[in-house]
Amino acid sequence: MAERSAERTTERTVGGIAERASGWSPGRAGSVGTGLLAYRLVAGAWLRSALAYRWQFWLELTGNALITFLDFAVLAVMYAHVRHLGGFSLAEAGFLYGTSGVCLGLADTLMGSTERLGDRIRDGSLDVVLLRPAPALAQLAADRFALRRLGRVVQGGAVLGWSLAALPVQWTWGRAVMVPLLLVCGTAIFCAVFVVGAAFQFWAPGGAEAQNALTYGGGTLLQFPPTVFGRELVRGVVYGVPLAFVNWLPAMYVLGRPLPFGLPPVLRFGAPVAAVVCAAVAGAAWRAGLRSYRSTGS
Amino acid sequence: MTVIEVSGVAKTFSVRRRAEGRLRRERVEVRAVSGLDFTVGKGEMVGYIGPNGAGKSTTVKMLTGILAPSAGRLRVAGVDPARERVALARRVGVVFGQRTTLWWDLPLRDSYALVRRMYRLPADRFRATLERCTELLELGPLLDVPVRQLSLGQRMRADIAAALLHEPEVLYLDEPTIGLDVLSRNRVRSFLREQNAEHGTTVLLTTHDLTDIEQLCHRVMVIDHGSLVYDGSLDGLHTAGGSERTLVVDLAEEREPIAIPGARTVRVEGPRQWLAFPAGATAAPLVAAVAERYPLVDLSVREPAIEDVIARLYAGGPSALTPAAADPV
Repeated sequence: MAERSAERTTERTVGGIAERASGWSPGRAGSVGTGLLAYRLVAGAWLRSALAYRWQFWLELTGNALITFLDFAVLAVMYAHVRHLGGFSLAEAGFLYGTSGVCLGLADTLMGSTERLGDRIRDGSLDVVLLRPAPALAQLAADRFALRRLGRVVQGGAVLGWSLAALPVQWTWGRAVMVPLLLVCGTAIFCAVFVVGAAFQFWAPGGAEAQNALTYGGGTLLQFPPTVFGRELVRGVVYGVPLAFVNWLPAMYVLGRPLPFGLPPVLRFGAPVAAVVCAAVAGAAWRAGLRSYRSTGS
Repeated sequence: MTVIEVSGVAKTFSVRRRAEGRLRRERVEVRAVSGLDFTVGKGEMVGYIGPNGAGKSTTVKMLTGILAPSAGRLRVAGVDPARERVALARRVGVVFGQRTTLWWDLPLRDSYALVRRMYRLPADRFRATLERCTELLELGPLLDVPVRQLSLGQRMRADIAAALLHEPEVLYLDEPTIGLDVLSRNRVRSFLREQNAEHGTTVLLTTHDLTDIEQLCHRVMVIDHGSLVYDGSLDGLHTAGGSERTLVVDLAEEREPIAIPGARTVRVEGPRQWLAFPAGATAAPLVAAVAERYPLVDLSVREPAIEDVIARLYAGGPSALTPAAADPV
């Protein structure tokens, strides 16, 4: 009996190593399914929890709508005075504003809660998450899930819709396909940045601010044409933290503009590669962080 | 059949500490657990005790895969916990006395429904288990109450039920009776006894309340400074700890201190005398010897307080007794 169980143990261990080496296995596909299920369950539970405090729910919703509207009003006022910004027309700038808003908004809705990881580490409630039979990342991403985060998506989407109608662009198949591709890849890149920022909190539980600088700060950066910024900053978000792939680079293809600062033109099509690389880096960072997790005393 | 297997397990944390009078911080290695060796068989109910910071929670967290060990080998139900944490979660249940797995703002019933869907439990099995837990832990009236409105004792019972809904093979309980009143404690204890007897659930119980251990566990492991200082039966703990029982005798009149082999008189107060003898020895020959030579009126035997034994164990450390010598029961 003991021998048989020992044999099974070795098999499992070998299986585990094989899974790590190949990076993909039927088990991995199963864990994606479990992750999605967990995300749905946890998000649903939080939505219902939010309804336990109806007043707070409505106040937050109103507050968020107000802030989002003000944000937009400021921009509208600005463009009412300046017709061109960094050589970009109002419709072109609207394209950048809209795509940045939609991508960041979707990523924030899906993954934004991971920034609370530091709190969960400090109060020890991450342990509870790790005890459930579902990937921790999926559960944490759905933590405190709130629909109000979609506000940014709605507002960005409206501006994007207007800009698409107003753009003086000759629509080709390539350009038409590039727009949804941009949104998907851009959302993926922002999601990856959220996850890397969260993983960083395993080592520095107070690191949410650094994460915010990259995500929300990056989102604001990308609302404006790259030409209004300095060469070094733009190169930094191309070759460093690849936020430029979210909208700046693919947008130049859609808008039929040359890349600024002598960047190689092929980068306009680099978004899918950048998204895959970001996702891989985020996955690796997350696993490394989880392994170095040290929990708190009880 | 072995369910939990721990061999040569160590866990070291590296802690940054501010060096004296400097801004730079230095790294210090702290050993939470070292050279841990034990096995737990299927259906055993083991008490795991030790002072604060001895490494109890660290051990439990390594056994659930929350923490990866720095060295050594761990197996729970044949699985390496750190590597297959998610798969293992389906087969073990955990109750951390100080944290809840329940949804704070939702009715208790909703938390259980979430467990069912998260663990993908078949509806009929789930209903049967929930009914049994609800009845035994007296949760019926609480099912529709939001968890934040439950008292500590109610919440603990609710948490224990939540940990058992997926019918785990192994149950870890970390301080399950902390802060509970006598009634809640008894209810929890009798439920755990039933769960272990009827369903063969292996239980590892971490506690500071030694009554939990006395009432539930035949086997006890004592950890101090990160390593096991005792692993064996509860009775053996007395022997190993060098504890003594006390024979209290009431004589018909005041006499000089009683002198009989195998016991020493520790106190005399009028006609009453206290005789200490090793916890492992039987009282009968002493009683016979006293009755033969002295005018014996009444007598009683006092057991050594388990608290005292354990306190002596913590103070002495590993050298106080032969480490982990006794056979597991």
